[in-house]
Amino acid sequence: MAELLFWPALLLYGEAAVGYLGDARHPGRAGRAATWGVRLGWLAQTALLAVQVSRDDGFPWGTWASSLSLFVWLVVSAYLIWGCRRPYRLLGLVVMPLAVALLVIARAGGGTGLGGASHYSNLFLVVHVGLVLAAFAGFTLAAALSGLYIWEERRLVTRPATILRRQMPALVTLDSLALRTVAWSVPLLTLGAAVGLVRLLVRGDRLDALIAVTAATWFVWCAYLGLRLLGGWAGRRAAYLALAGFALVIVVRLALPATHFA
Amino acid sequence: MMRLVLIGTSHHHAPIELREQVALAREDAQAFAARLAADGREAVCLSTCNRTELYVAADDPEQAEQDAVAALASLGPEVEPALYRLQDRAAAHHLFRVASGLDSLVPGEGEILGQVRVAHELGTTGPLLDRAFRQALHSGRKVRAETAIGQSPASVSAAAAALAEQVFGSLEGRSILLLGAGKVSEQAARNLRSRGAEIALVANSKTERERIGEELTRVDVVIASTTASGLVLEAATVADALRRRKDRRLLLIDLAVPRDLDPAIRELDGCYLYDIDDLEGIVTETLSLRRREAERAEAIVAVEAEKFHEWHASLDVVPAIASLRARAEEIREAELLKAEALLGRLDESQRRAVEAVTAQIVNKLLHMPTVRMKEAAAAADGVLYAEAVRHLFGLGEDER
Repeated sequence: MAELLFWPALLLYGEAAVGYLGDARHPGRAGRAATWGVRLGWLAQTALLAVQVSRDDGFPWGTWASSLSLFVWLVVSAYLIWGCRRPYRLLGLVVMPLAVALLVIARAGGGTGLGGASHYSNLFLVVHVGLVLAAFAGFTLAAALSGLYIWEERRLVTRPATILRRQMPALVTLDSLALRTVAWSVPLLTLGAAVGLVRLLVRGDRLDALIAVTAATWFVWCAYLGLRLLGGWAGRRAAYLALAGFALVIVVRLALPATHFA
Repeated sequence: MMRLVLIGTSHHHAPIELREQVALAREDAQAFAARLAADGREAVCLSTCNRTELYVAADDPEQAEQDAVAALASLGPEVEPALYRLQDRAAAHHLFRVASGLDSLVPGEGEILGQVRVAHELGTTGPLLDRAFRQALHSGRKVRAETAIGQSPASVSAAAAALAEQVFGSLEGRSILLLGAGKVSEQAARNLRSRGAEIALVANSKTERERIGEELTRVDVVIASTTASGLVLEAATVADALRRRKDRRLLLIDLAVPRDLDPAIRELDGCYLYDIDDLEGIVTETLSLRRREAERAEAIVAVEAEKFHEWHASLDVVPAIASLRARAEEIREAELLKAEALLGRLDESQRRAVEAVTAQIVNKLLHMPTVRMKEAAAAADGVLYAEAVRHLFGLGEDER
């Protein structure tokens, strides 16, 4: 059953990634097909997660690979909220290839099959893993928005004659959307991390590398919020800071999870 | 059958002096259409700054054409030679192209769609023109939805406004600083104001220009088009303002030749400077994109016009089809009546079954001739087929 749902999800996300590439070259049908790819792929992945939940004792995301699959779903969900609108199609060019790559990695790590029930308590996993992953999904989206901002601003500076050829979100809109996304995500990470820390203290476990880098990630994103809301930062400087924060998210999601889940 | 006639002139055939003579205000266009629609005709008058066209649906197309030509010729002595005359399929195709902006001076301009809608509303329409205009409007909307023909600006002032939207999104509440008040900068400012922006200062005099540095910390867009021979705004002034603006972006549009704004402003962070060459480059690119998209739009229009033609042509055979079906129904009912003695013994459900079966036989038998007649009508053989059907089935003989 999981196989039957995984492949459609992966293929549809792949179709969306290719479609967005085609849309970047010739805006039109490819973009619409890509949008449908995202929607249908998301439905297939939602069904896959639902099957995993029903078979694996409520919360089957206790391994790094399965949590990566959930992370992909959260990223695509956040993108779906407004990312499918025409001016944001270019964002799909960043988000969907990333979703495909991460889903493939999740599968390679056995995170998209059944039988991955965790030995941790469900409540802890729901609160800790759920909140942290939701926050990381928000940071991913904020980074994609910031990347788009930097690309669009570069075009405004270099002034190509084709600058108005495709419909794009305004610079100011991208900037404020990134801020709003981070403003939602930082509290989620704070809460998720706090739950993890409490459990760590109660069980007397030791800090690991992932916890340390997560703390650094939290600090960078808090700094982002502080500098934007109190320091008047906006635009390019804020966008580069968001990308730096995202680099840490990548390290947390891909490079260090083994130390934490072991 | 009603025929469609179009008489008109446009920017392709008439210079501005001539178009001025035939340009009609809304009320005049409405009255014009109403006058032509006498004797059971339908008429619509489409009058814009680039065209005046009369669409007439009439049983006698020659007479309708004469009347329309006479009506337009009465507006000026040199009008008649500049008129074009189209009928039926060609007239409908022309209307569809007009509504889609494909016949406009700037391909894909969107204003024409609204003008066609208003003309339709003010016209004296009946089944033919109503259908033609509705389908033309549908075609226009489809072209705009499925192609990028109307998406990018087609003038320097519109390009300036589109750039401002690219930076700021909605221009509601954004403020503009105008340096000088040339014609193009006025147009650009009008374009920005129509999108919600406000003019903070028009700096024409020397005293007003002394306030520029201070205003630069507040405004979002600067449009310059003075006749000054040297630079009006130095990079150092802008750099100073940018420091005080923190990360708020500033868009500067220089429409003057020689330039008013220091090109070194481009090197500063947080602002975007466009000169007239940049904007003209954008417009040229936009127009070439519109021309490329026009090819796709023509294909859409051709399909929509063909659908209309098929519907219009089918009107040739509709009376024959209706007569044939009426005759078949008449025969069916008569035969059922003859069999009443037998059917009388059947219960209600059995009677209904017999009714349904006989009706189905009639429908199935007439389905193919109906389809074939409609196809023949689209291929211009409709009248011939209709006559053949009338002859073969003896339709209308009773009345003779």
